[in-house]
Amino acid sequence: MNVVLDTIIQGILLGALYGLFAAGLSLVFGIMRLINVAHGDFIVLAAFLALLIQQVLHITSPFAALAVLIPLMFIMGYILQRVILNPTLGKSILRPVLVTFGLSVIIQNGLLEGFSADSQKLQAGQFAVQSIPLSHGLAVGLFPLTTLIVCVAVIALLQWVMYHTKLGRAFRATSDDQVTASLMGVNWRNLFSIATGITMATVAIAGVFMGIRTGFGPSAGPDQLIFSFEAVIIGGLGSLWGTLIGGILLGVAQSIGARISTDSMLLAGHLAFLVVLMVRPNGLFPRRGD
Amino acid sequence: MSSEVLKNVVVRRSTKVSRVFTVILVPVLLVLLSAPHWGSRGTISLMVEFFCYLAISQMWNLLAGFAGVVSLGQHAFIGLGGYMLFLLTIVFGIHPLLALVLAGIICAIVSLPVAGLVFRLQGAYLAIGTWVIAEIFRLAFFKVSILGGGSGISLPVEIADSIDIPPLGRDGVLYLAALILCILANFGAYAMLCSRGGLGVKAIRDNEGAARSCGIDNVRMKLIVYVASALGTGLVGALIYLNEFYIAPTAAFDINWTSYMIFIVVIGGIGTLEGPIVGTIVFFVLREYLSSLGSWYLIILGALAIAIMLKMPEGIWGALGMRFDIHVFPTRRRLVLDKGGESDVHPHGGAGEVTA
Repeated sequence: MNVVLDTIIQGILLGALYGLFAAGLSLVFGIMRLINVAHGDFIVLAAFLALLIQQVLHITSPFAALAVLIPLMFIMGYILQRVILNPTLGKSILRPVLVTFGLSVIIQNGLLEGFSADSQKLQAGQFAVQSIPLSHGLAVGLFPLTTLIVCVAVIALLQWVMYHTKLGRAFRATSDDQVTASLMGVNWRNLFSIATGITMATVAIAGVFMGIRTGFGPSAGPDQLIFSFEAVIIGGLGSLWGTLIGGILLGVAQSIGARISTDSMLLAGHLAFLVVLMVRPNGLFPRRGD
Repeated sequence: MSSEVLKNVVVRRSTKVSRVFTVILVPVLLVLLSAPHWGSRGTISLMVEFFCYLAISQMWNLLAGFAGVVSLGQHAFIGLGGYMLFLLTIVFGIHPLLALVLAGIICAIVSLPVAGLVFRLQGAYLAIGTWVIAEIFRLAFFKVSILGGGSGISLPVEIADSIDIPPLGRDGVLYLAALILCILANFGAYAMLCSRGGLGVKAIRDNEGAARSCGIDNVRMKLIVYVASALGTGLVGALIYLNEFYIAPTAAFDINWTSYMIFIVVIGGIGTLEGPIVGTIVFFVLREYLSSLGSWYLIILGALAIAIMLKMPEGIWGALGMRFDIHVFPTRRRLVLDKGGESDVHPHGGAGEVTA
């Protein structure tokens, strides 16, 4: 019984990390119906940048590096959308998909050139290994628990922005009907760029948490993209809380798989994704009207 | 409009260039066929590679450029084709050349349930969905111990030697197989696009809603193209690994296979049949000069593909073909005034031309 409980708890905590990866992807889909194929590579890029910021500014805590990394990634996202991605938007998904795919290849090989193929890790000291004992010999790690709390906070914040601010109203209006929103004075070019900026800010947080939890190398991006994508699809397109639940289900599935045998971990996650796709192709909590 | 004018208008697909090309095609093919007699070993092996890359790129072009199914997971069928060749020859003792054909057919059969799953996803999400499928294949073959699991498996010498058929020899047989597959991929795609179904496929790409309202079964059309491209990609995958002697999951299901297809097609010109041919030539020339740069080579290719997508989305051939109205593989039907001459109504497209 303890083993079952432990597997599920660890799965939920792992899933929170996937929820954090996927939050930005979910946001962008909700607003632009777009997928950034380089999403995972940006997460890895953020982790490498955190490493670099730590070295350059002599900061010991990767969390402190976030103070620089979040604004940096926001600006990068804004410029990326404004200069490269906005011109690709149109009826066909071919151009945005292929352009972001090209970006993915460039980031991976750029990181390889700049940082070598070695696996890196962000050091958070004692904090990364401490755990809180629960009853019956169960324990939860302090860091994974923090990941869950941060993930919930990030999604709550995004949800608040989307549904309780003027900016969010403009996002939703543009998502519903771009032309009419433009007639009402919404500048979609600027709005989409802000959305990608916000996404990259979440990617900065995701990158740091990934960097502390697991080792990462220049080619780790596609895996993170696939986890994010599966969380979004399982949760239902356009629903931020659904994405968190999608991430958690993916984490639990992987955790169960890992319990069976280590090389079944990823396969179990993918199979959970396929089952949801088969049974509920729109995901578990699709946004109405999509 | 008087009916007399209409009588003079005929629908024509061929162009001057394409008719010239048809005439020179035969000697070109003869030269290519005889290559094992005049080419050096290095030339032959480079040409085998060229034909393989061209064939899989054409398959990706058919899928993404014509049917509008943007797949990032075509490497699933490269790996599956290769593995099926090894399975059929090593475990079932089937002759490699027969196994190659069967491996392609297996890929086509497997692509049916795969399509059933990924076609539930829309547009950009389908792209990532196909990538997930390729990942699943890769992880699954890690677990197939009869095929070596994660450490891979070699092709026994006696199987590799069984295609050493005189007078061609092993290299000659591989060369011929690659050439035939490449011709089949290109002319198969051409024949498909010229058919009634192909017209439907292009109609779906241009306007899915309008195509459906004309009674085109869009799901069925996309499925046919998806299966055809899985067949072609799987056949080439089997050939690549028949040539390589050794297969392991990570290299066989490497996303780079799909990256190369995409770069070739985007650079050459997506949505034209000539594009991948130009793209493959550019790709091999760049590789010749830049591959020593290591990862910079891929950065340059990626940047080139992005630049083309942003500034010249029709690619090199698309830009040339549109500017000079050259079509080696014309798939458009155009209205031509039949005065016995070559006077197109609107040579540069527009209202007078049925661009289908």
